[in-house]
Amino acid sequence: MTAVAEAPVAGAVPSFQVTLRLRRFNPENDTEPRWEEHTVTMHGTDRVLDALHKIKWEIDGSLTFRRSCAHGICGSDAMRINGRNRLACKTLLKDLPLDKPVTIEPIKGLAVLKDLVVDMDPFFEAYKSIMPFLVTSGNDPSRERRQSPEERARYDDTTKCIMCAACTTSCPVYWSDGQYFGPQAIVGAHRFIFDSRDEGAEERLEILNDRDGVWRCRTTFNCTDACPRGIEVTKAIQEVKRALLFRRV
Amino acid sequence: MPKAPAGTLYRGREGMWSWVAHRVTGIGIFFFLFAHILDTALVRVSPEAYNEVIATYKNPIVGLMEVGLVAAIVFHAFNGLRIVLVDFWSKGPRYQKQMSVTVLVLWVALMVPFTIRHLSHVFGG
Repeated sequence: MTAVAEAPVAGAVPSFQVTLRLRRFNPENDTEPRWEEHTVTMHGTDRVLDALHKIKWEIDGSLTFRRSCAHGICGSDAMRINGRNRLACKTLLKDLPLDKPVTIEPIKGLAVLKDLVVDMDPFFEAYKSIMPFLVTSGNDPSRERRQSPEERARYDDTTKCIMCAACTTSCPVYWSDGQYFGPQAIVGAHRFIFDSRDEGAEERLEILNDRDGVWRCRTTFNCTDACPRGIEVTKAIQEVKRALLFRRV
Repeated sequence: MPKAPAGTLYRGREGMWSWVAHRVTGIGIFFFLFAHILDTALVRVSPEAYNEVIATYKNPIVGLMEVGLVAAIVFHAFNGLRIVLVDFWSKGPRYQKQMSVTVLVLWVALMVPFTIRHLSHVFGG
């Protein structure tokens, strides 16, 4: 579909036709996933999520996808948009090439339950296994656990994770081997391993030293490209690898 | 059981495609080395048999395959250095794209003169 701009009015938001090519799967009727196309009129300020809403609310109510906050914080609506993992609520339609249909598929590597909804359990299990909580020993201090700005900056990047699974399901190793912890679990571990207040670094490093741990990473950088929070995921994984090699946290 | 749909190809960037190319060239080089060790070992069987086998390599098809072999090795070598830097240089992951471009530039810069010279030997006699 060609993007047709309306007569230019000063300050007006342009509207255009968008065709969405959706990968759909209904476990009750389908044996195979199928493609379905819908054309809707959208505006220059709309995101992919708005187009999905329009289809669900006005054309086909059976279209199934997850979304909660719709503002890039809850991490529910990670999906594959034009072949790359993105959050539907952070991808503006006007930034996509609208002369051809926008392809929308569920994220790869996790079992599809219905349409764009996948089974996230293996993903969260991997996250749980790296102990994503503060580990300390001895008596609790009577005041805050203090930390310098430099110590806080050491792991700042990996605190931004919203667990949307965009990184983990962009990883070719994860697609072919579901046993791999995946980028997100390593990001979650990185956030505590390099936290000066935490004392569980050794234990977490040992968990990730597993044959399905950090060493499965082949540095394809798909995860860094996919992260909607701009976390340098591959860099974090490499830091964990080097911490394991040189035992320097 | 829910099914995992195949869908479209994931649109990775430099990092993913250099990883794919690294694997493909690596496997190609492995098979070359396998054949190479076998034919070189023939010299222990008999030098005449060895000479006979090596003589069959002197034809344009093998000449073209040699271009492919050098192309694979040159890419694998430079990309291997890039991976070493990504692994051990703290700023490596941040500059991986620039390093991928460097690998390709060096690859082209070496392959163009080599291919011209090599093919002029193969086809020029």
